Amino acid sequence: MGRARTIARRSFLIGSAAIAGGVAFGVYAAKRPFDNPNLANLPDGSASFNPWVIVDSEKVTLIAPHADKGQGIFSAQAALIAEELDIDLDQVEVSFGVPNKAYFNAKITEAAAGFPLYDTSPTAERVRGFLGGVVKLALPAQATGGSSAIPDSYDKLRKAGAVARETLKLAASQQSGVPVAQLKTEKGAVILPDGTSLAYTSLAGAAASVELVADVVLRDPKDWKIVGKPMQRVDMAQKSTGTLTYGIDFRTDGMRFATIKVNPRQGGSLNGYDASAAEAMIGVDKVVEITGGVAVIAKNTWVAMKAANAISFDWGEAPYPAEQSAHWDHLASIFDDAHLNAEARVEGDVEAAEGKEVVGEYKSPYIAHAPLEPLNATVLVTDDRVDVWTGHQLQTMLAPQVAAITGHDPENIHLHNMFIGGSFGHRLEFDFVKQAAEIANQMRGTPIQMTYSREEDFAHDFPRHITMGRGVAKVKDGQVNSLDIQIAGQSVVRSQMGRLGFSLPGPDTQLHEGAWDAPNFNLPNLRVRSYLTEELAPVSSWRAVGAGPNVFIYETLLDEAIFAAGADPVEERLRLMGHDVSVKVIEAVAEMCDWNGPNVGENRGRGIAYGFSFGVPVATVVEVSKSDAGIKLEHVWMAGDVGKVIDPVNLENLAQGGTIFGLGHAMNCEITYSDGMAQQTNYHAHEGMRLYQCPPIEFRALENSPKIRGFGEPPIPPSAPALGNAIFAATGERLREMPFNKFVDFV
Amino acid sequence: MKLTINGTARDVDVEPDTPLLWVLRDELGLTGTKYGCGIAQCGACTVHVDGEPRRSCSMPVSMAEGTDVTTIEGLGNPQAFHVVQQAWVDNQVAQCGYCQSGQIMSAAALLDLNDNPTDEEIDRAMSGNLCRCGTYPRIRAAVKDAASKLRGA
Repeated sequence: MGRARTIARRSFLIGSAAIAGGVAFGVYAAKRPFDNPNLANLPDGSASFNPWVIVDSEKVTLIAPHADKGQGIFSAQAALIAEELDIDLDQVEVSFGVPNKAYFNAKITEAAAGFPLYDTSPTAERVRGFLGGVVKLALPAQATGGSSAIPDSYDKLRKAGAVARETLKLAASQQSGVPVAQLKTEKGAVILPDGTSLAYTSLAGAAASVELVADVVLRDPKDWKIVGKPMQRVDMAQKSTGTLTYGIDFRTDGMRFATIKVNPRQGGSLNGYDASAAEAMIGVDKVVEITGGVAVIAKNTWVAMKAANAISFDWGEAPYPAEQSAHWDHLASIFDDAHLNAEARVEGDVEAAEGKEVVGEYKSPYIAHAPLEPLNATVLVTDDRVDVWTGHQLQTMLAPQVAAITGHDPENIHLHNMFIGGSFGHRLEFDFVKQAAEIANQMRGTPIQMTYSREEDFAHDFPRHITMGRGVAKVKDGQVNSLDIQIAGQSVVRSQMGRLGFSLPGPDTQLHEGAWDAPNFNLPNLRVRSYLTEELAPVSSWRAVGAGPNVFIYETLLDEAIFAAGADPVEERLRLMGHDVSVKVIEAVAEMCDWNGPNVGENRGRGIAYGFSFGVPVATVVEVSKSDAGIKLEHVWMAGDVGKVIDPVNLENLAQGGTIFGLGHAMNCEITYSDGMAQQTNYHAHEGMRLYQCPPIEFRALENSPKIRGFGEPPIPPSAPALGNAIFAATGERLREMPFNKFVDFV
Repeated sequence: MKLTINGTARDVDVEPDTPLLWVLRDELGLTGTKYGCGIAQCGACTVHVDGEPRRSCSMPVSMAEGTDVTTIEGLGNPQAFHVVQQAWVDNQVAQCGYCQSGQIMSAAALLDLNDNPTDEEIDRAMSGNLCRCGTYPRIRAAVKDAASKLRGA
């Protein structure tokens, strides 16, 4: 294998140059960025052309390195490779692969570049490119988040498939004597002019020893056979039969089960405990101390949880205000220069602008991630190495975290990334992995599966940050003339990165995301300022991050202003919107619902909201009715523009699911603190939407955006304000605080 | 303790108050049945006990003695789907998929009794199963699809 390995290593593909009708890709040999991780253990007779494609005599394996939390990126990555490789998805094996910096994500920093994502000017692109380069060189992180997996994969994985295809053709040419130009490929085989079919698997040995083909041309999207067409996700059969192995389902010989109890006042100390009753229980192996609490190891998870509940604790105080009201009071007090995060946007002069004032204060609560698969990790520590079986979104950042606990070299920490039963941001955190490692380190040689009880999951979530918005709108001559928005909240990024030992300087753009970059270019006067505090409960990225609360503030204030102006919510939004791609999105949703104003009969109303997040404009219309039984969601229409649709079936699922996620949390979810502890302990108190409440949701995908974007998060932000605006239209009651069930009942 | 799971006799050594869920998952390795909440709020642990849908997280294993327990593994498999599983695949229901074992068991129990459920009957049978990803529109469509497949329509 020696030569194949050398060649493939030297020839890692990178770089691109546009040519007519496609893109040509060269081989960057002199300064290869990273070795191909597949070569480390590649058997003789196998070939790996790049980090994403392996062919051996038995099968073709595609590596899909992004974590799949449910959005279908596992399938989408495979489809992008397969499209150029000319192989069907039922002919390949797909694997998450081994975490490696070769899989670094250069797109995850795009939003941090300080330019609105609709800005594709050379300056904005240069800064984004620079940040991407920093990621590659300084912190080559394999990471999944920020709706960046599709943008990160789109060109890269198609190139990987094309290089593999052309190299297999070259091998077939050398074997058969037929010139490459006369060879075709289809369904995992090279086809000779006489119709002879050479399966890729039969070419693996030969392909391992030919030079990688450097220049490949990507196909025109009109020639695609897989991408852009309705697909069958590769994980669907397993997910429909209970045969998919999530992290929590991992089993190995000699494994023991554990759970933890850590101070529910997050970050508080463990002053003392009495575990004698727990230790006496049948099936309990051991009780061990971990940071801030204890763990029980037992013969099964149930015994561990029961025993953990039998331990009495003396917990220390919370390092943040004990009562929820103090959190809100604190936020209300930071609208001042000392706490200014950024004056993020100034257009015209909101102070001097004329018009009748509309004033509002808006609140967005703490919310739990609460993915249905409770956080868990299985860890085996031996003297030589540590194996971790869990699903994680920051794949290459996990090893140093575990190494700090076990004392191993990070190279000897092996993450086996698993399918994830929902994350919504929680799998960006490391606490659950570190806790499992702390336990396993005290039980060396025994694989330990640590699972949070649902109650522990709620107690130890780092929820969505609370946000308070203050807005002053001015309306004049039947139009909105000015919006002045102030947003006070916590820095999610600082809280999150602080737990990893990083301190981030400068303003946090998430604090005003979704408000500062709303492309209402025809609004003459606009100011968006944000204020930052780090003195409240620890928080984390929650699906859509800053755009969730901020679009709620912006679009509710705007709706109030439009009502005060006596204008139509759709017409006035179209007038203000100067961004053509967004105009088309709003026009689409208006057409879909046959918009004819917010009032659609007695006790019935419609609300519209627009949100721009992660580079994707989305417009949502919600229709509700009111009866003695409460508010009923009757119908939802939405349109969004991701630039290019990879799989229309899955995209519709994400559109509907994201909308339900946004609506459900706006209806009835919040985390509140009392005595320093989250008061909501399980789903009965933080329910989200149930099936009987779910309205029909119609979706239209547009493809006018110049760049391809991800859709895991963008459906969320406009959902809540569209619902609030609809409830106003139906009832006359303006909802400025979530969750809405504090003010209205839902059917 | 002697149990009958998916038609097979199994012997387990656990305390009688252990919920059936944990016997299935941690003692018998039948991990298709999921833990979500532990208090019968999410439905991820739904199995059939003598044909009835039950939340296995809240059912002591002692109560399962002498019954026939069917889990998602006993319903069908990727080589031989149950009609409900076929409908789930045809309608591409799952996102993260973690709730879907429970959803499918609830749907299969409903359709066992009634192969032509109304919207209200579907709502009633399926609203105890939480889906955090929000696949409800497709769950509804798949239940109706499975019903029509069952009716031979």
